[in-house]
Amino acid sequence: MVKVQLARIADARSGDKGEASNIGVMARSPQAYAYLKSALTPGLVQAAMAGINRGEVKRYEGDGLRVLNFLLGDSLGGGGSASLRTDAQGKTHGLALLRMELDVPQNVLDATPDVSGSAQ
Amino acid sequence: MRQQDQVLIANGQGFWGDSILGPVRLVREGPLDYLTLDYLAEVTMSILQKQRARDPKAGYATDFVRMIARTLPDLVAKQIKVVANAGGVNPLACKDAVLEVMARAGVRGMKVAVVEGDDIFGRLDELAAAGEPLRNMDTGAPLSSVRERVSSANVYLGAFPIAEALALGAQIVITGRGTDPGLVLGPMIHEFGWKPGDYDLLAAGTIAGHIVECGVQCTGGNYTDWRSVPDLAMAGYPIIEMRPNGEFAITKHAGTGGMVTLRSVLHQLVYEMGDPHRYIGPDNCADFDSITLSDKGGDRVEVRGAKGSAPTDTYKVSISYQDGWKSLGQLTVSGPDALEKARLCADIVWKRLAFDGCTFDEDEKLVEFVGANVCHAGLPVPHANEPSEVVLRLGVKGRDKAKIERFTYELVPLVTSGPPGVTGFAGGRPQVQEIVAFWPALLRKDKIRTRVQVFTS
Repeated sequence: MVKVQLARIADARSGDKGEASNIGVMARSPQAYAYLKSALTPGLVQAAMAGINRGEVKRYEGDGLRVLNFLLGDSLGGGGSASLRTDAQGKTHGLALLRMELDVPQNVLDATPDVSGSAQ
Repeated sequence: MRQQDQVLIANGQGFWGDSILGPVRLVREGPLDYLTLDYLAEVTMSILQKQRARDPKAGYATDFVRMIARTLPDLVAKQIKVVANAGGVNPLACKDAVLEVMARAGVRGMKVAVVEGDDIFGRLDELAAAGEPLRNMDTGAPLSSVRERVSSANVYLGAFPIAEALALGAQIVITGRGTDPGLVLGPMIHEFGWKPGDYDLLAAGTIAGHIVECGVQCTGGNYTDWRSVPDLAMAGYPIIEMRPNGEFAITKHAGTGGMVTLRSVLHQLVYEMGDPHRYIGPDNCADFDSITLSDKGGDRVEVRGAKGSAPTDTYKVSISYQDGWKSLGQLTVSGPDALEKARLCADIVWKRLAFDGCTFDEDEKLVEFVGANVCHAGLPVPHANEPSEVVLRLGVKGRDKAKIERFTYELVPLVTSGPPGVTGFAGGRPQVQEIVAFWPALLRKDKIRTRVQVFTS
């Protein structure tokens, strides 16, 4: 196991859905997807994003596309024009989650190209 | 119905405020059959409804008229068709403005269609009387609980009325509220004769529409690995090459910047996504995870295998209503000890307001120290606690407008009566703004009648 940022093995994009934001996490290899599907639980995301989100975290899986989609139930300070926050649309939530640190098996790292230089 | 094996549909506008270079370059720099443009967001509808209340000739996306004026010679020469939701809450006025542009340019005989029926703002009492509670999808409350504060109400129409307008010979189709993917799905239905029950084909068109609906967001914009994106400044807007069997490619014009790769397309597929297996639209439910993406190189990604299913019997309704007031202001605090001084500034503001009898609940106020890890709060971020300067951002909201106004007077005084190094107050006192909240609801489809009219320049 090697401690790395999620950015080492995945891409992400986020946006708003009402008072929730969504973060689409895109694994950069089949091995990374298999690992993330078991390791990146809603509970872990909830804990990592606790400074941003006060709501429930829900996870959807897209095995074909190798994406995990997280909905952060209350992460925009009310959403829309009711929000006072700088990031009222959750545009930066994906990059926030990519900073999260995970213990990743070496074989997953070996199978996943390291293109995360610009994200870290 | 189209005989050739594919139709080229581009999206040149991801939202109202997107660069005009999108459509201008799309009609100039390569082959194109259709140009689509998305101008409407939820908050936009409320603003447009207010504009129309003040002026019966207003209430649509004026940027669209400027865009038509600028691209008209290319649209005429290349017979490019345009589909845009620029009509806002007044598509007929938008049509008048477009016809006026054509008259000034001496363009005659061009057909402009208007799709109506989405705007139910004037029908709310009638619908309530007919037993449609328009309950809030999140809270279950009936719309009657906020009825007097409602400022706009629109259903998200599907793509078939757009196809109908194109079948009537329109070169330009102006709609009000509809789904964003519907703008590109309409031309596909028209060109290939797709039917309401062709759920897989409609899903393919919907997914294609979702991929292009935010413009450059699928060609390298807002991309994780941003350093790898070539010439982002000149990034091309996305083009769908759709074939009659629902297989399609995402590409862009040769010579433009940005990129179309498997990863760039995937980034947009997950944008604002809910359940990837069930993307619910007015014409079908699409399974995003059913598709296979293949990167063909040369800025081409092929998509096949889209699966869809029947839509629901309701339209999604977007209703906006006035829900209090807010104000936001900011000051810049320099170092040394920038963060510590900014914290003191915030405390001073709340203390002076409280002295004057003006207090706010925790949920009604906001303090941000921009530069000290506002966006990624709680995540491991290097040097977040030692910024050389921060922007202090203070905000309040609530139902009592007088309290919000009182707040706006206590920010600027910090320049002379706070710690040293407070600046950046050139904007003066912050403004008080109305909060427009959203009320998502469902409405049975049989309550909506769409109308398509065609006008000739």
